[in-house]
Amino acid sequence: MRHLLSTDELSREKAIEILDSASQISRLNQDTTRKFPTLQGKTVVTLFFEDSTRTRISFELAAKRLSADVINFSSGGSAVSKGENLKDTAQTLEALGADALIVRHSASGASYNLAHNGWTSASIVNAGDGTNQHPTQALLDALSLRQGFEIKDGEGLDGKKILIVGDILHSRVARSNLSLLPTLGAEVDAVGPGSFSPGCKYANLDEALETKPDAVMMLRVQKERMNQPLIPSDKEYSRFWGLTEQRVKQVPNSLILHPGPMNRGLEISSYAAESENSLVLSQVKNGLAIRMAVLSMILGSKNEA
Amino acid sequence: MRLSNCTLANGDKRDIVIEKGQISAIEPASTNGDLDCKDLIVLPGFVDLHTHLREPGFEQSETVLTGSQAAASGGYTAVFAMANTQPVADNAGTVTQVAELGEAAGLVEVRPIGAITKGLQGKELASLGSMLNSKTRVRIFSDDGHCVSDAALMKTAMEYLQPLGGVVAQHAQEPTLTIGSQVNEGEISRITGLKGWPSSAEESIILRDALLSEQTGCRLHVCHVTSKLGVELIRWAKQRGFPVTAEVTPHHLVLTELEAKNYDTRFKVNPPLRTQEDTKALVEGLVDGTIDVIGTDHAPHASDAKQQQWDAAAFGMTGLEQAYQVAHRVLIDSGNGNWQRLAEVMSSTPAVIGGLDNHGRIEIGKEANLAFIDPNKSVQVHGNLYSKSSNNPYIGMEFESSVQHTMFRGKFSFRDGEVIK
Repeated sequence: MRHLLSTDELSREKAIEILDSASQISRLNQDTTRKFPTLQGKTVVTLFFEDSTRTRISFELAAKRLSADVINFSSGGSAVSKGENLKDTAQTLEALGADALIVRHSASGASYNLAHNGWTSASIVNAGDGTNQHPTQALLDALSLRQGFEIKDGEGLDGKKILIVGDILHSRVARSNLSLLPTLGAEVDAVGPGSFSPGCKYANLDEALETKPDAVMMLRVQKERMNQPLIPSDKEYSRFWGLTEQRVKQVPNSLILHPGPMNRGLEISSYAAESENSLVLSQVKNGLAIRMAVLSMILGSKNEA
Repeated sequence: MRLSNCTLANGDKRDIVIEKGQISAIEPASTNGDLDCKDLIVLPGFVDLHTHLREPGFEQSETVLTGSQAAASGGYTAVFAMANTQPVADNAGTVTQVAELGEAAGLVEVRPIGAITKGLQGKELASLGSMLNSKTRVRIFSDDGHCVSDAALMKTAMEYLQPLGGVVAQHAQEPTLTIGSQVNEGEISRITGLKGWPSSAEESIILRDALLSEQTGCRLHVCHVTSKLGVELIRWAKQRGFPVTAEVTPHHLVLTELEAKNYDTRFKVNPPLRTQEDTKALVEGLVDGTIDVIGTDHAPHASDAKQQQWDAAAFGMTGLEQAYQVAHRVLIDSGNGNWQRLAEVMSSTPAVIGGLDNHGRIEIGKEANLAFIDPNKSVQVHGNLYSKSSNNPYIGMEFESSVQHTMFRGKFSFRDGEVIK
């Protein structure tokens, strides 16, 4: 694996290999915060054109745990704010010896362009491109689900019913999961108000929950990605689509996921976020393991060759 | 000069005699001409109602000269230059300058299109009357690249131009439906995560403008129709007798939205590429007369404007050098149409819409503006040969037929694959 751009590119075998590698790392990490020498001498750049403290920190920590040299590059205050374009930025970083670029960008396809336009020979890890993909998020969701369902290593999510709820249209998390989870054998339904989820066959979350999903993945309402409000009001959204306490009780056996950061009281209630079925914190923890697994797979394989 | 044994669009074989730049005689075919055309089909030189020559202002992408060269190599003898230059062609001075640059290049007739609104801002009318009465006598007006979305302003422009014989060419795009839009709304926006561009944004304006053309009596030319429903609306308007004509680009005839799946910005274009169902409807409309002309929307962009992430890249693709080949593919090679229809959509109808008396017809007393076609010379596209820009969407495609020569005002502007000048 040279790049990780999209979960579309992952076969079932490859996806399970990443999950297994991450759960192994997770177990090794259980008690100590030990460092692995895997990426010694490698330079990894986190190239963030959009602010995302959580994802950047997770990647940075993952690379550091693997002993890579890490450079953090964000667009504010850099040459980018002086008008430098993506191609020139990538070439500059490559000239400085970057082995991998972890890229967050507001334009869908930006990672694809970096990997395939001949602008750089560094490996590209997509850390979120526009409304398109965020593959490590879907992988960590899958790992959290596998743990939550107590499914062992080497297996997928066969037959599990997953309900993704919210702004499907603007969500790279939804898009990534919509391709990865079915690859792993799960049945996925994406629901939300019509302006968020065109073609949705349910009028509200209560109807959707009647299908008794094994897990409910709540998406963040991303107001920053809308040109104009796509819902009448926050209040109306939470009334029809929010995961309220009452709705959690409607599906007492369903696991609950949220990619964070959460809009508490909007798409998810505190009761849901903190319930015993909530995987929110294990998602964060698994993020680190997944990113370590992905980075070692992409950069480590060159060492072995 | 005698061009002997020419096959005309209707299949007749004739000699064409040219004196002082004009066709002086059309005679029975012989074998003793100055140029033996026995293997060539001779059509009236092509006329493009929709070209971006980029000069003045964007000479890094194209100039009137390089655009004229690209046009001549594609069989064109006249091109209409869109107004979105810098300064905008919204006044008599700028349109006259563009026409003069065209005459200086001397390869095709360059006819300026005037902006409908000042600075293409869509707020107040440009000096329509002054451009119309300028030395270059502008006939077609367009804010192309922008839609005149204000319905009242559009109606006023049409009321003003109707008695003057002006034509309004509209870039149909309801702006509130396309904020940030990148690709057709549908499968491709789902695959790529790029913001969708609903065809209803185009169709709603086509319908509105058709109604305004009926009410004002002003001739409306709908630029670059892209969707099946758009074709149906135009068919309806024509059945009602509304004064409407319509155009399709070469790229919307043969390329679909799926070209965008790898974020190759050559395929980023406004309006966007649509579905296969749409291309099929566009070809049908072109064959049955619903769509009147092929207009290239030749939109050259310097490489730095295209070597960007998709959202930041410029909209547009070149077309002058391959438009004929696309027309041949959809009309002749497919068996859907014939050479007469090809000559109509590439030459005679755009000449009539644009008011060009010396183009569009092979007739005694008219300028010798001709395109010579080799129907069997297949060519693989490697890129643009004459345009200054390389955003060519056909690279790698093979076409079945080529332009062999082009003649402008009795002189070869393009001969055996070379632009003369």
